[in-house]
Amino acid sequence: MVAERLRLEKALRADGDLKLVAYMMAGHPNRKRSIEVGKRLAGSGIAALEVGIPHSDPLADGPVIQRAGQAALANGMTVEGALEVAKAVATEGVPVVLMTYINPVLQHDPRKFAAESAQAGVAGVIVPDLPIEEAEPVAGWLRAASLDTIFMVAPTTPPDRMATICSHSSGFVYCVTVTGITGVRKELPEGMSDLFAEVKKHTPLPVAAGFGISRQEHMKALRGKLDAAVVGSAIVDEIERGGDGVALVRELLKACR
Amino acid sequence: MNRAALTHPVDGRFGAFGGQYVPETLMSALHELEDMWHEAKADPQFQLELAGHRRAFIGRPTPIYAATRLSEQFGGTHIHFKREDLCHTGAHKLNNAVGQALLAIRMGKRRIIAETGAGQHGVATATVCARFGLDCTVYMGTEDMRRQSMNVRRMKLLGAEVVEVKSGSKTLKDATTEAIRDWVTNVRTTHYIIGSVVGPHPYPEMVRDLQRVIGDEAREQYLSLDGKLPDVVVACVGGGSNAIGIFTAFIDDRDVALVGVEAAGKGIRTGQHAASLVGGRPGVLHGSYTYVLQDGDGQILPTHSISAGLDYPGVGPEHAFLRDIERVEYVGVTDQEALAAFKLLTAMPSRNWPISISSATRNEIRSCRVVAMAGSSLFSPRTRGFAVTSRGPL
Ligand SMILES: Cc1ncc(COP(=O)(O)O)c(C=O)c1O
Repeated sequence: MVAERLRLEKALRADGDLKLVAYMMAGHPNRKRSIEVGKRLAGSGIAALEVGIPHSDPLADGPVIQRAGQAALANGMTVEGALEVAKAVATEGVPVVLMTYINPVLQHDPRKFAAESAQAGVAGVIVPDLPIEEAEPVAGWLRAASLDTIFMVAPTTPPDRMATICSHSSGFVYCVTVTGITGVRKELPEGMSDLFAEVKKHTPLPVAAGFGISRQEHMKALRGKLDAAVVGSAIVDEIERGGDGVALVRELLKACR
Repeated sequence: MNRAALTHPVDGRFGAFGGQYVPETLMSALHELEDMWHEAKADPQFQLELAGHRRAFIGRPTPIYAATRLSEQFGGTHIHFKREDLCHTGAHKLNNAVGQALLAIRMGKRRIIAETGAGQHGVATATVCARFGLDCTVYMGTEDMRRQSMNVRRMKLLGAEVVEVKSGSKTLKDATTEAIRDWVTNVRTTHYIIGSVVGPHPYPEMVRDLQRVIGDEAREQYLSLDGKLPDVVVACVGGGSNAIGIFTAFIDDRDVALVGVEAAGKGIRTGQHAASLVGGRPGVLHGSYTYVLQDGDGQILPTHSISAGLDYPGVGPEHAFLRDIERVEYVGVTDQEALAAFKLLTAMPSRNWPISISSATRNEIRSCRVVAMAGSSLFSPRTRGFAVTSRGPL
């Protein structure tokens, strides 16, 4: 399967609404169940699905996603296995974005990783510990395989740097809402709107907010300010409890329109 | 060998190693840290202040000690120890902690975080925080809190909060991961005093700059003692800060062999060790591209060493570079060998040496081509260039 150009960009662009991106961890709680959950999430009305590839030392993740990763690794999940999960889920037609750390990609071989991701029908890749300074040659391999390279901007990113990060990005720009790691938060930080407005100035791409987003109020606060919201820990938490996150997604989607 | 690459990492790298593999949230803090460090380093006022604290607070210069009875046991050798264990708080760790605390104050950051394995770096950091009135939080794995409980008590007495890290292998790697997560969250108010020459640029360079005082002193001390340079300098390598500290002064002395000793645990073949340079492959850990103990999928492996201070699956990127250009030879010493050396050293000058010191010494005794080192020590065959390959069983 060859990634269709502009898939992510089209899927994530707001159209009077707020798009929702769901996150799940490949192999959590186990391989079979994560494929089931992924397919259900794909059919729940989301615009894209992020599939995490577990890493032993996830610097950007909070306890919920860290635990999910450890459980997935304990149950034998590998990079190869995660690509298979992504492939199975991608058949549902919702764009799939892989999220992992740089070392699994390096050890798998970035060229091979890019080619296999494209073959699995993946649309783009996010590597949170790969800032633009370190991006090449990995990002080059991803682009060569027609994969979108999604880079992150943070509340601590100065404006001139934001422009550079946006210019390295394709598909969408990931805007980290909080100075911190992933994990459910009650309230999103004040000043968030200024951050979104600043990012929007630097890119024609859709902008998605992520980290801490879990409630209907968050959706309402984000709608109209940017294109999409990524919901991670809240869904992973439901999966950990034996659920699939679909009810939560439907609930949140009500506040997105 | 590219000398410039040794002292000045180019684009944050020593050869291919180093870099800044961290979340975007930290990038501006790392850029600020790099600028502030270069500014402070060039500021005579800062250097004066640092020199004052080195003298009066740390207790520098630390002596170089001729281990004459030990040397007799290995006829034909002159073993000297650079006595970093005599630094205030008992290890070289304070050299780094004092410098970084001064820098944090200069940056207006009053909250300090640190990771610790053996507890030495935690104690050093807690001590400087008490000295300068800074808030201090130390991350430490459950397993290390158990085996180094004395140091946990010391940190608490010094007013630090010790946060138990229960994830992963519950040791230094996990404590470091947790400290980085804290830093990502509190980066605007917090300075992370990393305890070794590891982590993203500029840490490996900055910690090296602060630890090189060990070798600068040792080289001069040895010269005035012996009129010439030692043949070999040996140091143990956990993250590699004491080793870089003593090696740096000797890097250009091509006749001085440098040996880094890693913790081979139960033996490299068993997989239960902490010898990243001897038994690992290049990869990314804690923000830096370096030699890492990992599986084929890039997952970081659990480590084992009897020495809590060496029990770490990565190593400073400058060591990775020094290994690849073959300026330093890295070898492994097992738990058993380290314990034997520990007993030998303890029986000799009736003093308790931290196990990380005897790890280093043990190797040199085994191969006898080494000059010594403790925390950092120097040891020299009587005749220059004289090398004995084996001294038989101890
Ligand atoms: C006395 C001593 N030596 C060595 C080490 C290892 O660290 P490094 O390799 O950075 O010197 C430690 C770490 O705690 C230590 O306390």
